[in-house]
Amino acid sequence: MADTLAPSSSPSTGGAHGPEQGTKRDFLKLVTGSFAVIGVGAIAWPFIASMNPAKDVLALASTDVDLSHIAEGQAVTVMWRGKPVFVRHRTPQEIEQAQAVDVSSLRDPETDAARVQKAPWLIVVGVCTHLGCVPLGQKPTDPRGDYGGWFCPCHGSEYDTSGRIRRGPAPLNLVVPEYAFTSDTQIRIG
Amino acid sequence: MASGLHESSFANPVVRWIDQRMPVFTMMQKEYGSFPTPRNFNYFWNFGALAMINLVIMIATGVFLAMNYTAHTSLAFESVERIMRDVNYGWLLRYVHMNGASMFFIVVYIHIWRGLYYGSYKAPRELLWMLGVVIFLLMMATAFMGYVLPWGQMSFWGATVITNLFSAIPLVGDSIVTLLWGGFSVDNPTLNRFFSLHYLLPFVIVGVVFLHVAALHITGSNNPLGIDPKGPQDTVPFHPYYTAKDSVGMIVYFIVFAFLVFFTPNYLGHPDNYIPANPLSTPAHIVPEWYFLPFYAILRAVPNKLGGVLMMFGAIAVLFVLPWLDRSPVRSMRFRPIAKWLLLLWTANFLVLMWAGGRPAEGIYVLIARLSTAYYFAYFLVILPLLSKVERPLPLPESISRAVLRGGGPLHSAAAAKPMEKA
Repeated sequence: MADTLAPSSSPSTGGAHGPEQGTKRDFLKLVTGSFAVIGVGAIAWPFIASMNPAKDVLALASTDVDLSHIAEGQAVTVMWRGKPVFVRHRTPQEIEQAQAVDVSSLRDPETDAARVQKAPWLIVVGVCTHLGCVPLGQKPTDPRGDYGGWFCPCHGSEYDTSGRIRRGPAPLNLVVPEYAFTSDTQIRIG
Repeated sequence: MASGLHESSFANPVVRWIDQRMPVFTMMQKEYGSFPTPRNFNYFWNFGALAMINLVIMIATGVFLAMNYTAHTSLAFESVERIMRDVNYGWLLRYVHMNGASMFFIVVYIHIWRGLYYGSYKAPRELLWMLGVVIFLLMMATAFMGYVLPWGQMSFWGATVITNLFSAIPLVGDSIVTLLWGGFSVDNPTLNRFFSLHYLLPFVIVGVVFLHVAALHITGSNNPLGIDPKGPQDTVPFHPYYTAKDSVGMIVYFIVFAFLVFFTPNYLGHPDNYIPANPLSTPAHIVPEWYFLPFYAILRAVPNKLGGVLMMFGAIAVLFVLPWLDRSPVRSMRFRPIAKWLLLLWTANFLVLMWAGGRPAEGIYVLIARLSTAYYFAYFLVILPLLSKVERPLPLPESISRAVLRGGGPLHSAAAAKPMEKA
């Protein structure tokens, strides 16, 4: 069938020429195939991109928090990108406790200084690094585990007063989000 | 070969292993590879494949739009605007879906017209044709419900008018309309069920398309001469001949589609649908989408509520019985000197109906719509049955290959070969 298509002057498919010399048909197949692949990719791109966060979602990606009415020892939970963020005004004992830990003994070694910008204020994402539950410990009546931070009720992970993992299945410390002090009593998360 | 395994002709061991257990590769090779297809297709035979591509595009864009659409009367309009402004490439997905509906009807109208001109509805393809009419009806229902979803003024009042059509049914009409609405007016329950059905029906269409193609592969394709292939000299394998020809048509189709989407995305729509639905105020001049206009014109041409509705549905129903209205054994209009011109007149008349459906229902437009409606039905119910008896068709070529290979191709038998009409 292929032979009947080829002009009589050109070599027919798989003809006398060596295999290193591709035929016109091979060339056409390659070019057509490449165009088809590029075309499908170009068409698939906007479909996949449409599943990424939309502009209105990105516009809500930062949250301002007023710290002035959070008393020492108190903690508040704010929403940021659909997740809880723990803002904790630590007491001097809690700060001391967090700084006294031997960093090399930690599962995810980090100093307390590396996790805070101003010592009294600990700001962490309130999502357990094990499987995404929200740990307890924001309310004074909540269990805080043996290390005075947070206790995850799902699988028993315990965090210290710097939000570092101390016991239980979670592999990493509570995440410190990107934030900045916009004034002495105001932060912007994200 | 082990018992119970399909005998596969594929050499690749993986393909062969699957094919022996589930011969999909053999099937694809048989139905789309070596499938013998008349060698004389013209470009009108692209439109079935184009319709298939269009359906896939509609489902793909629709699934992704549904990820961002909210089917609630107080949120639907806003969610569509959010798709347009905030969702990455949302404008593209929506414009492709919107104009894809128009492209789908353009393609399918040409596909149906091809069937009318070349007699593809005649024996043995009657069931194939009727399945096509079912697809057309499903498409119209799907398109109508899709147009309601953005919840603009045209959405709302289009939904009101079309659902009220059913109130024309004697005795149970009002109960049926209440049932369709899920309330006492077009409201949130209506929007919710329309979204559900708008998502469902395309997959029903996929099912009927499968049957349509299955039936096609039993009878084989018709062709511009309307005569049956008499042997291998009259056919070519589907691949590469018609995969290549369909690809050419596909590129032209994508150029037209892209022009609509990127340069005039709202040309075929109505600006009033960018006004949020208001149940207290009907727009001064409400019209359906362009593809419904011929049928809308028929509805309005009849000065009786029930009569208009019956005529409108009758305009589609008559297509179901077309294979038995046209008794002429000659399929292609190329060989029907009278029917050919009357079908071309019917085509122009269909376009006149489309135009009249978009004009206000008053004065001269009503008269034009009535005359056009009369001819629409007369062609099917009077002209075709009559011509089947009185028309004298031109002589048919002896075979496809004799007609298309100038100088005469080989005949399958040594039958006396006379000089014949060139198609």
